[in-house]
Amino acid sequence: METYRIGIDVGGTHTDAVLLDEHNQVVAETKSSTTKDVTTGIYAAMHKVITEAKVDTKKIRYAMLGTTHCTNAIVERKGLNEIAVVRIGAPATLAVKPLTGVPEDLRDVLGKYVYLVRGGHEFDGREIVHLDEAHLYKIAEEIKGKVSSVAITSVFSPVSREHEERARDIFTEVLGSEIAISLSSEIGSVGLLERENATILNASVVNVAKTTAQGFIQALKNEEIEANVFFGQNDGTLMSIDYAVTYPIFTVACGPTNSLRGASYLADLKDAIVVDVGGTTSDVGILVNSFPRESSLAVEIGGARTNFRMPDLVSIGLGGGTIVRLKDNGEFTIGPDSVGYRLPEKALIFGGDTLTTTDVAVALGKAELGDPSKVAHLDKELLEKVYGKMVEMVEEAIDKIKTSAAPTPVILVGGGSILFPTELKGASQVIRPEHSGVANAIGSAISQVSGQIEKIYLLDEVGRENALEQAKEEAKAEAVNAGADKDSLVIVDIEDVPLAYLPGNATRVRVKASGALQ
Amino acid sequence: MRKIGKQEIEDIAVGAALLGTGGGGDPYIGKLMALQAIEEFGPVTVLEPDEVPDDALVVPSSMMGAPTVMLEKLPSGEEAIEAFQKLEEYLGEKVYATFPIEAGGLNSMLPFALAARLRLPVVDADGMGRAFPELQMVTFYLDGISATPAVIADEKGNTALLSTIDNVWTERITRAATIQMGGSVMNAMYSMRGKNLKESGIPNILQLEEEIGKTIRLAKANNVNAIQEVLKTVGGFELFLGKVVDIDRKTESGFARGVATFEGMNDYKDETLQLRFQNEHLIAQTEKQLLCVTPDLIAVLDAETGLPITTEGIRYGARCVVIGIPCHPKWRTEKGIETVGPRYFGYDLDYVPVEELVKRGGQK
Repeated sequence: METYRIGIDVGGTHTDAVLLDEHNQVVAETKSSTTKDVTTGIYAAMHKVITEAKVDTKKIRYAMLGTTHCTNAIVERKGLNEIAVVRIGAPATLAVKPLTGVPEDLRDVLGKYVYLVRGGHEFDGREIVHLDEAHLYKIAEEIKGKVSSVAITSVFSPVSREHEERARDIFTEVLGSEIAISLSSEIGSVGLLERENATILNASVVNVAKTTAQGFIQALKNEEIEANVFFGQNDGTLMSIDYAVTYPIFTVACGPTNSLRGASYLADLKDAIVVDVGGTTSDVGILVNSFPRESSLAVEIGGARTNFRMPDLVSIGLGGGTIVRLKDNGEFTIGPDSVGYRLPEKALIFGGDTLTTTDVAVALGKAELGDPSKVAHLDKELLEKVYGKMVEMVEEAIDKIKTSAAPTPVILVGGGSILFPTELKGASQVIRPEHSGVANAIGSAISQVSGQIEKIYLLDEVGRENALEQAKEEAKAEAVNAGADKDSLVIVDIEDVPLAYLPGNATRVRVKASGALQ
Repeated sequence: MRKIGKQEIEDIAVGAALLGTGGGGDPYIGKLMALQAIEEFGPVTVLEPDEVPDDALVVPSSMMGAPTVMLEKLPSGEEAIEAFQKLEEYLGEKVYATFPIEAGGLNSMLPFALAARLRLPVVDADGMGRAFPELQMVTFYLDGISATPAVIADEKGNTALLSTIDNVWTERITRAATIQMGGSVMNAMYSMRGKNLKESGIPNILQLEEEIGKTIRLAKANNVNAIQEVLKTVGGFELFLGKVVDIDRKTESGFARGVATFEGMNDYKDETLQLRFQNEHLIAQTEKQLLCVTPDLIAVLDAETGLPITTEGIRYGARCVVIGIPCHPKWRTEKGIETVGPRYFGYDLDYVPVEELVKRGGQK
């Protein structure tokens, strides 16, 4: 039976939508403007792509959304939950209180109810001190009716989550199951402050995620679609709606990931460099085994340091709308400013008054777009130099992201990808796949479901093989929880880092499993 | 005498990370501890070494254990106070001032957190001028100053007072106790007189750290090459520019040992650099040539921002500049090389000063 899936990706400028068939072939693709409230833009994009596809809406079985709702809420500090912050770890950890190092305006919003409770664990799983349950009951009574969401972080919860789980049970007992609870052990890895910040941010966007999810489901209903709904997350995989409203923080960086994953799918390549050419900038990332290589830097969200991994990207100020200025003496400048989303009215080839990189490519016959006669009068020799410089900028960015000098395949995607040639220095081949303009929405639609765990093991006690096996099983269980089909699971990433100055060969193990949708 | 506030702490933290030569842990936590303490108790006074009376009791404040543990189980702030008070009780004398034991990440910041709370001054001197992994690896040891009597303390309220026959035994016993106490402890060891610190310490390390941090901060603001500016500030040499293509780590007897391989870029194209580390970076060499060896300092900097990268932070694909900095002359003595030279760490190499190695290779 033929079935379809919808993928939607909300970007800074455009909200893209695609409709794929059961073989993941593109049936329809549309680009709409991103609206300020985001949701209206999603409705419009969905309506447009369905109208264009002309398929039986009953056959649309899956709907995937990659969205910036949660990111925007954090950045703008709007619509956030009233939260309580509970850290279990006293008497340790008091030297740096929760939300230290977080911007003051965010601290003001999220730091109204902050508690430090006795408890937590050592690196080897022993208790630092017993959990102070009486204190937790007292806190629960105190925050009753005042907060809707609680962030709980316990010291070394990646090793033992016992105290976090006990705290959750106490809060649920006193406050009912209505209260949203975020446990740090489900969210981040070793590194208390970063994990705590991520947990706090997660707790603060639970309502935003709920509203978004309900809105998305409503939009689908309006189009008479009864589909399974998924959210895209940072690592390029999907999560079920239940999971997404519990752990909405995992949606914050799905954008760039989706475009890399979409490129991988469209070009049918697992290892390649991806150049995503937008209106104002180009992002260059690298695929390793179909997933983006992650950055090693600590990632800040809304000014708060977290230990999330984001795709490693090199961004340059060169896109389809980048403004080119020619000088009388034969010199020129490229950008960094851009006409952005106003390209269709501003560019010369569309009858506008601004010379853009797109005009340069069209004038030289590198791309076919708009009315070439409007740029025919320009000095070709000079334009060749401009074009040469544009290509050089991209080649430099490609070289920066590479890990070895060996030529690598390069995939060009994004609206502005038509600007660039099919030969680039350092590239073994340059591929500009069909539908490359909406690679991000396709990335959202074709995503798999994953589970990831990160834990510390004492290898001398459990043995390396056992530890890895155990970690793999846990990651797989996480993936199934998130909605993956058990039989299609594969381990996509394993990392183990020994910890210095500890006995027993203490090692941090991180495993990610990924599989097809159930 | 000068006052250290929040901006100075930010700068010192960056400089300490660089002089930490990859080890000592990320100073981020230490920085936040210092900032919180200064926020609560006010700025800290820093003394020049010659402002300290010869007979004054001075004690460095430091931690021992796994930096990774410290990133998760943050200190309570009381441990260091407890350790100092126990030592004062034992010696029957008040501490006049504290100072950093090393210019490594976390340990460079801890004296400020303690000093703010106890309203003690911090002396601008340390015992390494960089970071090293073992506690006898201080210039004080070269001059026969004992680490004990020493106190170690955990956040649970446990303290241990140690009296040992030599510093190697102090290292052994404290390291074993540290594991039982939860993987990291606060120390009060190497107590000494002002005169000792002036003679055996490395002066003005805080000033250097602050200048490095400021240089990198201002380079960013003024859009100039941070790394070239840093090299001027520290009197160092650019050794290599490349991308991390391999990182091989293993833990041996509690230390993170490993080799990072960098593939050359630009002027270093077609060359490969190997960086050997044991918590700190110890040896940098290409196929052709030795470039820098312990105790001279090897720092790995982010090629774009100039910010230092710790050994734990070195990741595949990172684009870095590796720089070499001459160590303090105290380390270049026979006993210095014996204590922290390449052979101590198990490398069959002779120590050659970085400036000579650079001269041999012809600097790029």
